Amino acid sequence: MDAKLEYVLRQGDNALVLSQQLSKLCGKGPALEEDMALANVALDLLGQTRMWLSYAAELEGKGKTEDDLAYLRDANDMRCCLIVEQPNGNYGDTLMRQFLFDTWHYFLMQGLAKSTDPRIAEIAEKSIKEVTYHLRRSGDLVVRLGDGTQQSHDRMQAALDALWPYSGEMFIYDAADKQMVEQGVAPAVEGLRADFLEHVGEILAEATLQMPPADAWMHQGGKKGRHSEHLGYLLAEMQFLQRAYPGAEW
Amino acid sequence: MSKEWPLWEVFIRSQHGLAHKHVGSLHAPDAEMAVNNARDVYTRRNEGVSIWVVRAADIVASSPGDKSALFEPSNSKVYRHPTFFPMPEEVKNL
Repeated sequence: MDAKLEYVLRQGDNALVLSQQLSKLCGKGPALEEDMALANVALDLLGQTRMWLSYAAELEGKGKTEDDLAYLRDANDMRCCLIVEQPNGNYGDTLMRQFLFDTWHYFLMQGLAKSTDPRIAEIAEKSIKEVTYHLRRSGDLVVRLGDGTQQSHDRMQAALDALWPYSGEMFIYDAADKQMVEQGVAPAVEGLRADFLEHVGEILAEATLQMPPADAWMHQGGKKGRHSEHLGYLLAEMQFLQRAYPGAEW
Repeated sequence: MSKEWPLWEVFIRSQHGLAHKHVGSLHAPDAEMAVNNARDVYTRRNEGVSIWVVRAADIVASSPGDKSALFEPSNSKVYRHPTFFPMPEEVKNL
């Protein structure tokens, strides 16, 4: 597959799958205000998904649409990182997943806004405003809960310990990523990872949480289409209607 | 919940608006979160808006029973209302 197509699909799939996960919490947030905030983040990510997948469909040049790419690819063809497909769990799990993703997402979009590909730069530029808000929100809540009660602290630490091994995959640069870096399309991984570790370290310290070692063992495979068992169920639910009534207009 | 998440009143000045307008209320544990929540609940994060939040408990309202004493006496005295001055076209927002 073309490296740029691969790269753009990965961005779209991350946003798509995380948006789907957050949408499941609609009406289930711990407070009305949180409920609306989660839905807002989900909608932001879905909007970004549409920009990425539309561009991917153009790059592929087979006359497909964003809908084809979202609804007619099975798990093996999905290119999202494993962290976004992890279950919502309790609210601490959801927030920690969001915080780790948002931090990476924020610095990545900062880098992509300077991309040599004008379309990618444009999508990143539009996303930055939203992602800045996502990161501010999730970081704020991680501090509140980490530095809250003993129970909320313990839950946040447990969420961090469980999700940390999924944070490394975002920084694994394979052949496609490297090609994008060489062409100036994507930012270099070293700087991205340093920014990520610095920001996560600051917030976790403020939240009185123990940051696991940066060189801990990390899961990987999502970017290559090798996913955890969660993604299949997520897609079954998300794609049901389009699979049952293929080609239906809506 | 009512103790830990007090009620806040939200005032928003829209992009071209001149003054903050009361738009509603919400619950939040502190002012910072009240502002964040107000963005989500009341502005859909439009640019160029200003948000004020204030604890509902800090607002003192006039009592409905004082209505006639506070507002009605001036109604019969037209000289109290500056309605006799023609305003130049250029003066806006008065």
